[in-house]
Amino acid sequence: MATETLNTAAAHTHAATTDHGHIHGGPKIYGAVLAALLFLTVLTVGASYIHFGSGMANVIIALVIASLKASLVALFFMHLRWDRPISAITFCASLFFLGLFLIGCYTDYISRAPSEPANIKSAVAPGGLVGPQQNQVTPQPNHGAPGGSTPSGASGPVVQGASPEGNSGGPMTGKEHPSPQVPTHQ
Amino acid sequence: MNQSLTETSHAGQEVDQYGEHHAEHDDRLQHHFATFEQQFDAAKIGMWLFLATEILMFGGLFVGFALQQSAHPDAFVAAHHHLDKRLGALNTVVLLLSSFTMVMAVWSAQNARRKAMTTYLLVTLACAATFMVVKFFEYSHKFHDGTLPGSFYRVQHVGEVPNQFIFFSFYFMMTGLHGIHVLVGMGLITWLIIKGRNGRFDGTYYTPVDLVGLYWHLVDLIWIYLFPLLYLIS
Repeated sequence: MATETLNTAAAHTHAATTDHGHIHGGPKIYGAVLAALLFLTVLTVGASYIHFGSGMANVIIALVIASLKASLVALFFMHLRWDRPISAITFCASLFFLGLFLIGCYTDYISRAPSEPANIKSAVAPGGLVGPQQNQVTPQPNHGAPGGSTPSGASGPVVQGASPEGNSGGPMTGKEHPSPQVPTHQ
Repeated sequence: MNQSLTETSHAGQEVDQYGEHHAEHDDRLQHHFATFEQQFDAAKIGMWLFLATEILMFGGLFVGFALQQSAHPDAFVAAHHHLDKRLGALNTVVLLLSSFTMVMAVWSAQNARRKAMTTYLLVTLACAATFMVVKFFEYSHKFHDGTLPGSFYRVQHVGEVPNQFIFFSFYFMMTGLHGIHVLVGMGLITWLIIKGRNGRFDGTYYTPVDLVGLYWHLVDLIWIYLFPLLYLIS
């Protein structure tokens, strides 16, 4: 270790103070955290096979377990539990702004007419394909999602990707589909 | 700076006429820092700021995923059945293990256990490689099936739930960006192993080990959310 000999006495005194400031945790704590993380992984996989009333409940349970795991990783593996507050503040600030981002996008999304990718496919009469879904005022009977253009599979035969121009157009070239037909919904 | 000079002078270090201490200067302590601890704290703040930008970058994809999932719940549920839960769970366990070995490598570096640090880093690297191999098999399976993002989606079953390509767009963008991060992490861990074998790190200076550890844990953290959202939704 070439640099070992270069360490000055001063550096060693700093090292002593550094030890108090930064060394914590240890194999026992980290091992326990790993065991907890693996247990939560088994739990979340197991929970995915159970139906908790609605799909939303399953998503929330999965996200709660994921957040527990993320907290364990952040607190122990990323040392936030022992670190200076500035690290946790930075971390939480990014989560806060991510929350603002999500809330802003979501409120915007649910409070305006549906907008869809241009190459979205709609359910049509057999053998036909239509272009972009026009804004629909009538609510869909199949589901209450705000997008309103995804019929369930049972609502009619759907050919996806069967039309060459339907696929080669790509997501951003919706103007190739003037869509004179009006999509029929059942 | 004066303070640190007097401090080091007390410690018997030679200070020349320009106030520079040439003799026995540790080149790992940059000149604009008074102490190793100050240097470590400054680097750590910078790393956390970088991690915040990473969270926000992935956050854009997560927000898009949430909005599109609420718009096309049937398509997302139908599409996620193409993913193999077992492979996703395997990769989750592999990444959690690698996070554990990474934090043990940091701990070994802090306690100046050079051999242990190298061993833990090698195990972490092996876990990362395992993750990428599993990912490779998952990807090649999807390339074979044609469940590809956007306009590359080639599944043509009559009666399929439409718009599944949206799910696969998010699947490939999110796991792809995450996979790139794993590859970058593998490069960084390799660099740490080489530097560590050269005796660069000890109890005084282990900043790069700590920071790469933080990066690696963030990669794990993002996968912790990707796994249930992509593989387990119902």
